Amino acid sequence: MSLAALQRRMARAVMTPLTPSEHMRPAAANGRSMREEAAAFIKPNDRLTSFERLEIYNRQYWWRILSSLAEDFPGLQAVLGEQRFGAMSKAYLSDCPSRTFTLRNLGSRLESWLRKHPKWAGSRQALALEMVRLEWADIEAFDREQKPPVQEGDLRGVPAPKLRLALQPYITLLDLRYPVDDLLLEVKKSGEKEFASNAFREHHKRKRVAAVARLKAARIWVAVHRSENSVYFRRLEREEFLMLRALGAGKTLGHAIDAAFRQSAVPAAERPAKIQHWFHHAAAIGWFCRPDRTATKDKS
Amino acid sequence: MPANKFNGFSEFGIGIGLRVPHYDHILSRKPTVDWFEIISENFMIDGGRPLYVLDKILEQYKVVQHGVSMYFGSAEKLNRDHLRRLKALVKRTKTPWLTDHLCWGSVDGRYTHDLLPMPYTFEAARIAAQKIREVRDFLEVPVAVENVSSYAEFHVSEMTEWQFLTEVVERADCGILLDVNNIYVSSQNHNFDPRAYVENIPAERVAQIHIAGHSKYRKYILDTHDHPVIDPVWRLYARAIERAGHTATLLEWDDRIPSFDEVHNEALKANKFLASASLAAAV
Repeated sequence: MSLAALQRRMARAVMTPLTPSEHMRPAAANGRSMREEAAAFIKPNDRLTSFERLEIYNRQYWWRILSSLAEDFPGLQAVLGEQRFGAMSKAYLSDCPSRTFTLRNLGSRLESWLRKHPKWAGSRQALALEMVRLEWADIEAFDREQKPPVQEGDLRGVPAPKLRLALQPYITLLDLRYPVDDLLLEVKKSGEKEFASNAFREHHKRKRVAAVARLKAARIWVAVHRSENSVYFRRLEREEFLMLRALGAGKTLGHAIDAAFRQSAVPAAERPAKIQHWFHHAAAIGWFCRPDRTATKDKS
Repeated sequence: MPANKFNGFSEFGIGIGLRVPHYDHILSRKPTVDWFEIISENFMIDGGRPLYVLDKILEQYKVVQHGVSMYFGSAEKLNRDHLRRLKALVKRTKTPWLTDHLCWGSVDGRYTHDLLPMPYTFEAARIAAQKIREVRDFLEVPVAVENVSSYAEFHVSEMTEWQFLTEVVERADCGILLDVNNIYVSSQNHNFDPRAYVENIPAERVAQIHIAGHSKYRKYILDTHDHPVIDPVWRLYARAIERAGHTATLLEWDDRIPSFDEVHNEALKANKFLASASLAAAV
């Protein structure tokens, strides 16, 4: 058997989902007995059969990727509950195995997958999707690039309406219908409380999630960003969000302001002060950088 | 033979793995440590706290890069994006040598994130050696490959694990990161004499040594890096040092990580053996 054939064969077995009792399945996807399959390329020893030796790798693979996904999406786990989250994770990772060298990207396709497979979130699909978007933005904010912030000199000589600014790659702008930012912070905080028992924490989380799920949908606008190496969720005003989103999409400042106030209830007299305030704040924490060919993300 | 071309002619002492729970202790207390080993993949990112911490560490300590996903033993081609990111990190850390495992872990672009065992065949040795050469040439830094712990053996194998390791490193003309805990774990899982392994590898190619703890189950041993080093592993280490000389040594502790001092003190137990090796060399 060639190296390529052996590796393909073993990888197929290792990545086959476990049984509910977390053992290797008795049959492979093609219906062949897994005992025969394992014996075809793995030697038994005096303590373990070929099947049992292969099973060690099969279990380690699933335990590793499941724990990694759970670590990255504690908010979604709270929304779905532990059992449903576990079942969803197995289904997602079967459909979307890791395709990069780092486990960091394991959840990169979770939002689109969950949209196509709504049964896993049941009645909480909308809340679950918003939580996934927030948690993925959290991952991105943690370690995406920080470009040199725009300096005053970069802006000199360009008329303000024609000015183009990009947003830092670590910023994600989210247009949400549930206050999932507050919920996620609570979930993370409860995970840190060592004095509380697991049962108490789970009970508290379930209550909080149920309370948020019952909330009447009300739009909120959030920037997920990083400052001094810590990730923050910053609530934005609607117009501020629209302006930043337009800038991030490569529009000029003039167009961005138009987009922000197109259907705005903010009185015209108050707008200049607001724009100035938003700009000062964003510039002060280094959100603006010079645009390049890569458009800044917009996940609204 | 402490300094050799496989470790950039460096003379490193006893290091420990740089792990997140110890960041604050290291940055605030600045303990005296010979060197830190970093997991390359944890820093092959574009920004944020991990790189900030790494830069702070680099200001004060020597750092060596250790990878977990190059997969020298994979039948597939090397991942160019991975290599480019790794090269950027090599430039940042100025690692005097770089290590990764003699194993595989991905097929058709799907990653298991595991260190899967090699079949010990001449075909596999040829493929792995070719890749090691490519990586070394691209990164422009000496490369040493680590023997992994394993739980399975293949019918197609044509030689012992130590013969395979030797075949690979001689074809690639590269160094060995000799993990004596992995030798012990595999020897128990596959019923071979771990001393035979240590006696038969080309000692002049040993660039670095790993020591670690493991977990014993009823029918097999798992390489969990969550315990102190056991005596039989220290004895293998002593013999490896006798053969290879005063070699850069690194303690791995990756799970249920105790305090920095506990990990460091466990690593420093290696001093006893290194001193004996130095004495023997002097006599």
